[in-house]
Amino acid sequence: MSVASTENAISTGRITRAFIYLMLILFATFYLLPFGIMLINSVKPLSEINGGNMMALPQVFTLEPWFKAWNSAQIGVEPTGLQPYFWNSLKMVFPAVAISTVLGALNGYVLTKWRFKGDTILFGLMLFACFIPFQIVLIPMARVLGFLGIAGSTPGLVLVHVVYGLGFTTLYFRNYYQVFPTELIRAAQIDGAGFFRIFWRIMLPSSGPIIVVSVIWQFTNIWNDFLFGASFADLDSQPMTVALNNLVSSSTGVKEYNVHFAGAILAALPTLLVYIVAGRYFVRGLMAGSVKG
Amino acid sequence: MSFLKINNATKSYGSTEVLHNIDIDVEEGEFLVLVGPSGCGKSTLLNMIAGLEDITSGTISIKGQTMNGVHPSKRNIAMVFQSYALYPNMTVGQNITFGLEMHGIAKPEREKAMSEVAEMLQIKPLLSRKPGQLSGGQRQRVAMGRALVRDPDVFLFDEPLSNLDAKLRVDMRTEIKKLHQKLGTTIVYVTHDQIEAMTLSTRIAVMNGGYVQQLGTPKEIYDTPANLFVASFMGSPSMNLVPAKVVANGEGIFAQLPTGLSEQVNLKFSNPTEALKSFDQKEIVLGIRPEAITDPDGADQKANHIEQITNRVIVTEPAGSDTYVMSSLGGKDCNARMRADAQVIAGQDVPFAINMDKALPFDPFSEKRIA
Repeated sequence: MSVASTENAISTGRITRAFIYLMLILFATFYLLPFGIMLINSVKPLSEINGGNMMALPQVFTLEPWFKAWNSAQIGVEPTGLQPYFWNSLKMVFPAVAISTVLGALNGYVLTKWRFKGDTILFGLMLFACFIPFQIVLIPMARVLGFLGIAGSTPGLVLVHVVYGLGFTTLYFRNYYQVFPTELIRAAQIDGAGFFRIFWRIMLPSSGPIIVVSVIWQFTNIWNDFLFGASFADLDSQPMTVALNNLVSSSTGVKEYNVHFAGAILAALPTLLVYIVAGRYFVRGLMAGSVKG
Repeated sequence: MSFLKINNATKSYGSTEVLHNIDIDVEEGEFLVLVGPSGCGKSTLLNMIAGLEDITSGTISIKGQTMNGVHPSKRNIAMVFQSYALYPNMTVGQNITFGLEMHGIAKPEREKAMSEVAEMLQIKPLLSRKPGQLSGGQRQRVAMGRALVRDPDVFLFDEPLSNLDAKLRVDMRTEIKKLHQKLGTTIVYVTHDQIEAMTLSTRIAVMNGGYVQQLGTPKEIYDTPANLFVASFMGSPSMNLVPAKVVANGEGIFAQLPTGLSEQVNLKFSNPTEALKSFDQKEIVLGIRPEAITDPDGADQKANHIEQITNRVIVTEPAGSDTYVMSSLGGKDCNARMRADAQVIAGQDVPFAINMDKALPFDPFSEKRIA
């Protein structure tokens, strides 16, 4: 071995490398195992699952549980499958993510580039929103929704999620814009651009990474939320998570584990998709926002 | 009425006053440089002219119109920033025309103005690139193009060259000067680099601690600095400031001070003023620029009076074009600028010629020049 390579801190001998890969494979398997089991059992007939071995590969391959979970499983009292609730979730999650991200960006813009007296305190108070447990706001929120006349509706849920997410999105954008050069704003002011023009034409187009962070964070949180959905939604506005619970924990009839597994995967698919598409930007954006902030 | 008039302007943040009663008049076509160490208030003053900072009291007017409270975009000014402040999401062309677009100028006219400016600054091939793909010097040009295209009354430059490497800085300095000569526009330029100030300006305002220490042409500032701060800040290497005692007798007025050989020498002032006479037997600070202390052969033959002394060389610094020779005068290190081929070796006692025409006396207590 040459002198240079032995001096390097990390040696990459064959045995070391094999060990590293072994460990990586072990951990990857460990983390993928639950998902694998769900996947395997969602394509088995129920009789195979009830017959004993959950770990075994399917002897008969069937997509029947998936179709059933999607459009004919008994959810609560109606045999509708998860389908309508999936749309409910989408109808809730898209506006909520968009509104909370845009408002968070506006907040961050104002808090860093249009400083006013007491802005630090205001930001501190907004940060508090990140630490408020869901349960505490349930009753006040119910009162507010009732007062506004949007209790039990999708707009009501959107409002709840926007309000709850605003603390986080504000934090992200504020930290990102903190290191955004103020000279750019001044140049734009001299060029004659006003408050919103600067925001739309200069700030937002330069905010790609942090928008991705905000969208992933909000999408995941809102899609996966159960408590607000269970508390504030009516039958016709219940999100996917609540429906999945109703599917799995219904106390009558046969426990169709294969359908449950398929439903659970269906419920998790959108967030998985978001991570796979934008995950790489997520880390990059988080670093940009936090390290320099 | 001057073109740009800063009248008794002050700036306070809360109860702290950072700029005190600034009075500067700039005529049309002038190149005014605000120079000073960091924190002297020069950038704040520039931002006040631009309208990016409020004026606490006093007025700033352009072409006779008071600008207090007028929005930056309505002052008909353009600014070049230290970081260039190019919009990262727009192409060079969009960067240049953004201001025109915001002022509601039609697209064909914008395109025309853009191509004229691009022609002048030789940035035509860059127009479709993004700022991130440009080098420092190119960004600098684009930033200037963005300012030029507006055809403003006043150009404001905020340390525009400080992010460039040394060679490029010198090149761009020349370009800015050429541009000013060609366009004849009024420019206010902020820098902490006294060489930039000297080379570019038609007038300099030296600032420190929120005060204008001296306002004058580069030659006035350099040859007759108003006080010790201006004397030491302007010039590189900086002026030698050594304590001395004034001695007046029948032959004239002398500055008496010890050399590095612990001998007292008397340096005769060429043109002593009445004020200096009143300092007889008192301590002063004697300011002599390095180029006024030379080897005897290199001395200025036109000088009225040259004092020759012998002093011990502490260290020599050959700089190629000149050799700087350090000796001790009045108990302080004293820098002399000799010709590059002057034969001096550290530790030797050699003759120094001091051009007393250029020697400036300062009051050590008020720090003002005695004149």
